[in-house]
Amino acid sequence: MKQLNLKGISLTFALGAMMLLSACHKKAAPPPPPPPPPPAAPTASLSASPDTVQSGQAVTLTWQTTNATDVSVEGIGAVQANGSQQVSPTESTTYTLTAKGPGGSQQATARVTVSAPPPPPPPPAPTATESELFSQNVKDIYFDYDGSAIRGDQQAALQSDIEFLKQHPDIKFTVEGHCDERGSTEYNLALGDNRATAVKNGLTQGGISADSVKTISYGKEKPFCSESNEACWQQNRRAHFVYQQ
Amino acid sequence: MIGSPQSKVSNARTILGNLSSSVPRSTIYLSNEARTSTGMTASSCFSIRRRIPLRICVCIFVLLASFSCFAQDWVKTGTSLGAEKIRLAATDFKASTQDPKNAELQKIFNDTLWNDLDNAGIFDLVSKSFYPLGQVGAPADVNFTAWSAPPPNAAMLAFGNLGVSGNNVTVQGWLYDVKNPVQPQVIGKQYQDAATADATGTLAHKFADEIIFRLGGGIAGVAETKIYFVSSRTGHKEIWAMDYDGQNQHQITHLGSISLSPAVSPDGSRVAFSSLVKGGWDIEIYSLDLNRLVAFPRMSGTNLSPSWSPDGAKLAFSSSRSGDPEIYIADSNGRSLKRLTDFKGPDVSPSWNRKSGAEIAWTSGRSGLPQMYSMSSDGTNVQRYTDQGYAVSPSWSPSGQLLLFSWIRHYGPGAPGGADIYIMDIASKKWVQLTHDSGRNDFPSWAPDGRHIVFESNRAGGEQIWSMLADGSQQKQLTTAGHNTEPNWSWK
Repeated sequence: MKQLNLKGISLTFALGAMMLLSACHKKAAPPPPPPPPPPAAPTASLSASPDTVQSGQAVTLTWQTTNATDVSVEGIGAVQANGSQQVSPTESTTYTLTAKGPGGSQQATARVTVSAPPPPPPPPAPTATESELFSQNVKDIYFDYDGSAIRGDQQAALQSDIEFLKQHPDIKFTVEGHCDERGSTEYNLALGDNRATAVKNGLTQGGISADSVKTISYGKEKPFCSESNEACWQQNRRAHFVYQQ
Repeated sequence: MIGSPQSKVSNARTILGNLSSSVPRSTIYLSNEARTSTGMTASSCFSIRRRIPLRICVCIFVLLASFSCFAQDWVKTGTSLGAEKIRLAATDFKASTQDPKNAELQKIFNDTLWNDLDNAGIFDLVSKSFYPLGQVGAPADVNFTAWSAPPPNAAMLAFGNLGVSGNNVTVQGWLYDVKNPVQPQVIGKQYQDAATADATGTLAHKFADEIIFRLGGGIAGVAETKIYFVSSRTGHKEIWAMDYDGQNQHQITHLGSISLSPAVSPDGSRVAFSSLVKGGWDIEIYSLDLNRLVAFPRMSGTNLSPSWSPDGAKLAFSSSRSGDPEIYIADSNGRSLKRLTDFKGPDVSPSWNRKSGAEIAWTSGRSGLPQMYSMSSDGTNVQRYTDQGYAVSPSWSPSGQLLLFSWIRHYGPGAPGGADIYIMDIASKKWVQLTHDSGRNDFPSWAPDGRHIVFESNRAGGEQIWSMLADGSQQKQLTTAGHNTEPNWSWK
């Protein structure tokens, strides 16, 4: 029994001593000297403006670095730590800035996209010619069968023609009188003459110079439409405006 | 009337001349008087009444009493049409030499002669199947009884011979009154010309015209006349000419524009027409002697539809030089221009009275749809001849008494009938319809014999030239190539 207790006491002692000893050792070590501060790592940034250009156009590269002793841009060479430079890439290019310093090196990139060379300059945007304006704006006048009076529903067209022609007083033009296929060749030529003259008179009464208007009758010689129905005949009973050079 | 006929031979030499100057008196000649006084019977009135509802007819009657078809009995044309026709036999001409070209020229001569006599409108041609056997090439071959008795039952016999010798062809032709064996010869002629197809056809025309003149009341035949017209067959509307039967069609102008309304001068030397030149319609005159255009002054406006005065000294035409289409007259060189009408609306298509020269008929739209008018050639005494429908293209008859024109008589939406050819007697204003239910018919023109009419019709599809007798019978198509319009028959 005494032996058992003894063993127990000694084990406990030993454990306690071990614990004491180890703890005492740590506290006793001298503090290490503080390590020298590591050299600061360099920083770098690079930007391109604009980042999309057409071939041959200038791009400004701008960069900043810190903690670098050796700064270079690929394709340009060594550069100042901070600066900017114009380049004119002919194809899409990724510019790489490498900043090296005691603390290491740092890279920064900037991508410049060069778009396809521009198409040959388009012909100067077509400003509508007088002739085109004329045909776009001047409306033909339509007539009743065997009639040469300007119908009520054609007055708006005539007024619009007058407005346009007043704004373009230098335009010379011909009013052609046309008839539908019915009736006699000779009579229709005379009727077409009456139609063209009726429109000319309407224009001159509206203030258009008679000198700018010629008239001619085509009777039924040059129809616009060749079917034998009223829709087609109406197309052919008209005074047609033709721009003169 | 029965006196010695004038020789119309110009190219051919008349060697024997008239073999007989004494013409037997026969019933044929006496009947000429009867024919001219009988005139032409118009049955059209009755056929019209059958076709259109009675109500419409009554309306027309009420509105236009003077125009009513009830008043239409007949119109006298004075051209022997409608009278009993002379029964004529025409045998094939016999070869008189051994030349190998005979057969070809014989066929041309015989066909042309037969067609001319058939077209004349005054003969009842005896069918060749009734002819006695044996060719008749000379007077000695004529068996009078065989020809005058049934079945041929001919009153007259035309016969003769044709022979090529060297470069020439000689034709002998006779016309016999086979019911008068004692003194049978009415015509005996000999012609000679170059042995060509064209010349031989012309000889046949001459002999035919001789027969027609002698048997047709002294009215010259039209076998040698020409028809001027507009054809688009080259792609442009140009002026063309052809023989009266549609043969020998040939181009006159080559302007490459639009040429319309040919009018041949009374002497046949010039054709006036209207053409689109440099942005306007001008009157042009083409010399058929010089084969080129001759001067006619340019005028402003639209200048259309020339018509010759019967003396060939003046032209009437439509001009819008004043701003409105009006009728003018001028000398044939364009001088002495005078305006005859002054009314708003189309005035166009003048036709000079070709007998008197004192009146001009024309088409006017002054009251709306075109109507037919006439006036003295100084512009006074305006008369209106139609007062309904659409009446255009007047053409004065050689007699100066009748107007031929194109009329849509029942004009209006859904109205029946198209443009048809009519004759109006200007003294009575009675009219007769010549074409019926056959497309659009326009631009009628009289032949110088007053018996024949040429006109434009689209009845067969496109517009073509047709001819007919002045009573509306024997309508036949003369052209087929391209479109052919506005025919104008020569004055002689």
